[in-house]
Amino acid sequence: MLYSEKVMDHFKNPRNVGVIENADGVGEVGNVKCGDIMKIYLKIDNNIITDVKFETFGCGSAIASSSMATEMIKGKSVDEALELSNKAVVEALDGLPPAKVHCSVLAEEAIKKALKDYYDKNGIEYDHSLFPDCGNCEHCHA
Amino acid sequence: MQIYADNAATTKMSQTAIDAMLPYMQSIYGNPSSLHSIGQEAAEALMQARETVARCLGCEAKEIYFTSGGSEADNQAIMTAAINGAKKDKKHIVSTAFEHHAVLHTLKKLEKQGYEITLLDVGEKGLVTPRQVSEAIRPDTCLVTIMYANNEIGSIQPIAEIGQVCKEKGVVFHTDAVQAVGHIKIDVKEQNIDMLSLAGHKFHGPKGVGAMYCRKGIVISNIIEGGAQERGKRGGTENIPAIMGMAAALSEACENLEANSARIAKMRDKLIAGLTKIPHSILNGDEKMRLAGNVNMCFEGIEGESLLLMLDMHGICASSGSACTSGSLDPSHVLLAIGRPHEIAHGSLRLSLSEYNTEEEVEVIIEKVSEVVEYLRNMSPVWRDLKEGRRNHVI
Repeated sequence: MLYSEKVMDHFKNPRNVGVIENADGVGEVGNVKCGDIMKIYLKIDNNIITDVKFETFGCGSAIASSSMATEMIKGKSVDEALELSNKAVVEALDGLPPAKVHCSVLAEEAIKKALKDYYDKNGIEYDHSLFPDCGNCEHCHA
Repeated sequence: MQIYADNAATTKMSQTAIDAMLPYMQSIYGNPSSLHSIGQEAAEALMQARETVARCLGCEAKEIYFTSGGSEADNQAIMTAAINGAKKDKKHIVSTAFEHHAVLHTLKKLEKQGYEITLLDVGEKGLVTPRQVSEAIRPDTCLVTIMYANNEIGSIQPIAEIGQVCKEKGVVFHTDAVQAVGHIKIDVKEQNIDMLSLAGHKFHGPKGVGAMYCRKGIVISNIIEGGAQERGKRGGTENIPAIMGMAAALSEACENLEANSARIAKMRDKLIAGLTKIPHSILNGDEKMRLAGNVNMCFEGIEGESLLLMLDMHGICASSGSACTSGSLDPSHVLLAIGRPHEIAHGSLRLSLSEYNTEEEVEVIIEKVSEVVEYLRNMSPVWRDLKEGRRNHVI
């Protein structure tokens, strides 16, 4: 099999699919030319991520990575969510094929972008180096 | 329930082919090069298989060379023409942008060796015209290689007319007919084809076996050096069981070609009619000049690999030209060659039918594809942007 059982589970039954109206933070990364786009919506109360939804245009591992990443940050503090790495997503999914690791990078970056949006919207100071710009997908595609 | 709709990738073996193979594994397992009777029986069978394949193509048995498959045949045919061309200082080759990689990569290799390659544009429908070929041929052209029917979008090229152009200009004409043999009536002499490649597993024969037809008079270059097998042009003990299976499958395919094509084309048209009802979808390839079993569609706002995985969950086996299924950053070179933008090409689906499919299966495919496309669109931010006017529809 190309994918682990975990990946297939999250692909078949993705958690947290959808949109949050008036979200506190929204982040979209990737581009259609490369074939994957992820969009993360966050609801944040008192520094805690109380709800998270995602929309993904992409392959099976892109959908599974989004699903897993949203599950991993739900109920966590903003600071904890900022620490989520793509590596942790890959591990939680019991691995991704090498050519698909970029999908987990997208998930990490989409969450970071949504958190940055939350900071920006609320005028919260932050370290700009925490948020690399995911403007093109060549850098993370193998 | 499983619905196999990936017959352009490979086919289920026919019982006829399996039955034809078994004796050559169980009892007549001799080496055709051996002098003893069990070897000579195998040699006799090999001769008959060669005659069967030749009959199906309209050539002579001695013009058929068995290979390990379509890719090897493509490699050998192209290298043969290129080497012969170089002897006369002719190092220009005409082909198309949407050939199979067995052709394109061989041409790429030749380009590095100093050959000049012209890849013809295939237009929006995936068709090359004889006029384009005529205009591309130069005094130093040593080969025209154009596929008979495209493996992804099923478009059938005007092979006889292209063959005529090549004949008039005195240029060797090769066609990669891997998708066509057993599905379209072929007569290499009438169609002025000098060289042709075919693969057993595309018409319900076994994998790992194919053939090259090469018109007598053309000096063949070896890819595999070895013994005197295949008139010394392809070393290695012949894969007799596979060759027998392929010959039997081809014979059966050619006998039933018209009846099968008519029935398969009817299912194809039903499938196309059903799938084009999905909004913002488009058929790839020509409507009429099309393989009987080929359906290739693009659906806007979704990605092909997830579409395939979802269809597989419903028991439907299909294929896609998305980057994720091609193993590279770019989607199918065929879809790009017919002008589909990347974002559309990522959302492609190829369904390829055979005589083993049924009308009922086609109905299930239409229902399931429609459901899955809608499901994936509902989780796609691209689709939302299209729906809410932040992005313009391309199709």
